Amino acid sequence: MTGKTERISLNHGNGGIYMNRLITGMFLRFFENEYIREQTDSAILRVKAGHLAYTTDSFVIDPLFFPGGNIGSLAVCGTLNDLAVSGAKPEYLSAGFIIEEGFNVVQLTRIVKSMAMEARKAGVRIVTGDTKVVNAGKCDKLFINTSGIGTLEEKHLSIGSGRNVKSGDKIIINGSPGEHGMAIMQARKLFAFKTSLKSDCANLYPMIRRMLASSRQVHFMRDATRGGVATVLNEISRKCNAGIEIDETLMPVNNEVKAMCEILGFDPLYIANEGKVIAVVDANDAEKVVVAMKHSDTGRQAAIIGEITNDHPGKAVLKTSSGGRRIIDELMSDQLPRIC
Amino acid sequence: MNPDRLRYIDEFRDSALVRHLSHQIGNISRKHIHLMEVCGGHTMAIHKNGLTDFLPDNINLLSGPGCPVCVSSQRFIDHAIVLGRLPGVILATYGDLIRVPGSRSSLEKEKAKGADIRIVYSVLDVLEIAKQNHKNQVVFIGIGFETTAPASAAAIVRAQAEGLKNFYLLSSHKVMPPALESLAAGDTRIDGFIAPGHVSAITGYRIYQKLSEVYKRGVVISGFEPADILQSVLMLVKQIELNHYHVENEYTRVVRPEGNPRALAIMNEVFITVDAEWRGLGVVPRSGLAIGEKYAAFDASLRFMVNVPESLPSKGCICGEILTGKSRPSDCRLFSSVCNPFNPVGACMVSSEGACSVFYKFRS
Repeated sequence: MTGKTERISLNHGNGGIYMNRLITGMFLRFFENEYIREQTDSAILRVKAGHLAYTTDSFVIDPLFFPGGNIGSLAVCGTLNDLAVSGAKPEYLSAGFIIEEGFNVVQLTRIVKSMAMEARKAGVRIVTGDTKVVNAGKCDKLFINTSGIGTLEEKHLSIGSGRNVKSGDKIIINGSPGEHGMAIMQARKLFAFKTSLKSDCANLYPMIRRMLASSRQVHFMRDATRGGVATVLNEISRKCNAGIEIDETLMPVNNEVKAMCEILGFDPLYIANEGKVIAVVDANDAEKVVVAMKHSDTGRQAAIIGEITNDHPGKAVLKTSSGGRRIIDELMSDQLPRIC
Repeated sequence: MNPDRLRYIDEFRDSALVRHLSHQIGNISRKHIHLMEVCGGHTMAIHKNGLTDFLPDNINLLSGPGCPVCVSSQRFIDHAIVLGRLPGVILATYGDLIRVPGSRSSLEKEKAKGADIRIVYSVLDVLEIAKQNHKNQVVFIGIGFETTAPASAAAIVRAQAEGLKNFYLLSSHKVMPPALESLAAGDTRIDGFIAPGHVSAITGYRIYQKLSEVYKRGVVISGFEPADILQSVLMLVKQIELNHYHVENEYTRVVRPEGNPRALAIMNEVFITVDAEWRGLGVVPRSGLAIGEKYAAFDASLRFMVNVPESLPSKGCICGEILTGKSRPSDCRLFSSVCNPFNPVGACMVSSEGACSVFYKFRS
């Protein structure tokens, strides 16, 4: 399966010899571990007593390759992050592939390799999987679904629900919003200007582990993916019936993201990310948590950007750099470039 | 300078400067005045930055007709919809327009039903679409003022030079001065205009002379940052307090007195001015841009002779009054409950720079 022009055919999904070759020659080879090697219908996992976190996500992205990653690294990191922000330690992943007939095998290999690499770096095993091939035109090149299982300590049980969020808590972000979305727009060649922007696609667990080790007062975490930071802030205010006050001057926005947003008339708060977490932390521990985050590659620009307040419950408000105030509304439709 | 700051942007958002301007306005403003921010970009900037909090109560800001999507007439949308239904026709347009309701449908609904409608970021992309689909007829739905009209004109000139035979423009391009004069002559009280920055970058500022000299209104061309807008308000307040009306330019870093002669030349090469219908203002004499005889082969309204059914006015929608500064979005009984960004009834709720959409987004 190494020819440069070799393409996936319907035979690679028919359960026969081609499919077997694809599975053993690619998935088993790169994902290699004691569970997947068994090729049982279900992976049998040994678990400690306690709680499991379980999540699933499907990945459809155009283009499949972009500066800073590809659909494979995205599919692994995205699910790892969903586990990590729930306070869980990611342990096992599944991977399901829906491949369009005619898809280039070299590209598939690159994608599977980067999935294997991300999983290995994270110390997580891809233990089970599935492959389907559909007729040309019935899917856009490649869709990937990953599910993840993580283990969760008792003391972190409330992080996902945010039930301990209270007025005065600080809101923290680990870096600039908007890098992923802007990198994708660039990769789609929608605009004729060049930047050095890369997707922020990354596994956040190493940083989150440091955060949780530094403080027992992390009250809520959520990764800000589609819909951006604005969506997570609205979710927190709605879920916890809390007011949110963000200070625009404290938000670390990458200069290239900022410049592109200015040109297009976009708001970085609504642009997608794949490596950004919003955390709500007790005011007494917030600085400590930020210091811990800065020790990780994914948290170098971590900053406190605002706080939870008793005012305007259910609403997120932005104090603008010019000193005005406005509501951070929920995203309705995708942002479109300004006309003039 | 701090390397994390963006030049020409961050310094115009400086909170100390904004507060200073706000105090100056408060100190000299005595009369109860109504200022119209003409451009949708200004409406957006004012509410996005919460600038009304920096103005005294005696200064009332009105949103104007400078949002290209908002002023597109229902008939124009209906016309585009009919073209989109013709076999072999690909429509291309700028984003927001596809959501604007026509009389019976919208381009978005037509797209869902199978019409080939593409959203583009530049009219030059449409030439590429035409080249790649040479068996199709590709129609660009051209909206916008002096800001976007030169690009449409340039596309036509290029299409001519390259011998493209399947590219057409359905023009709803408009020019600003006649609309502003019609507003000044109308019954809305407007003491001064915060004049559009990017239109003026093309036209220069002689186009506003009649507003100050004949209609005795203050005119200040303004940039789009918080300090720009407050500085412009301050300049207008001074003019109005002193009853001394003239055209001033706050946006000196972009706007030159003579504008952009090359852009003006290409517009004049391709377009002629005609009477045009504006949502809200009705037909404004000599305010529209139609393709002139020399480039008539690119005119979609001539190439496709279609029957556009009689337009149906939308019931209860007061977009027209909002675009002329007579009413505020919250005065409309449809606002928020019936008409909202999920279900826009009028164009002002569709465009991200439409007054209703901006009010809904930042003030709800």
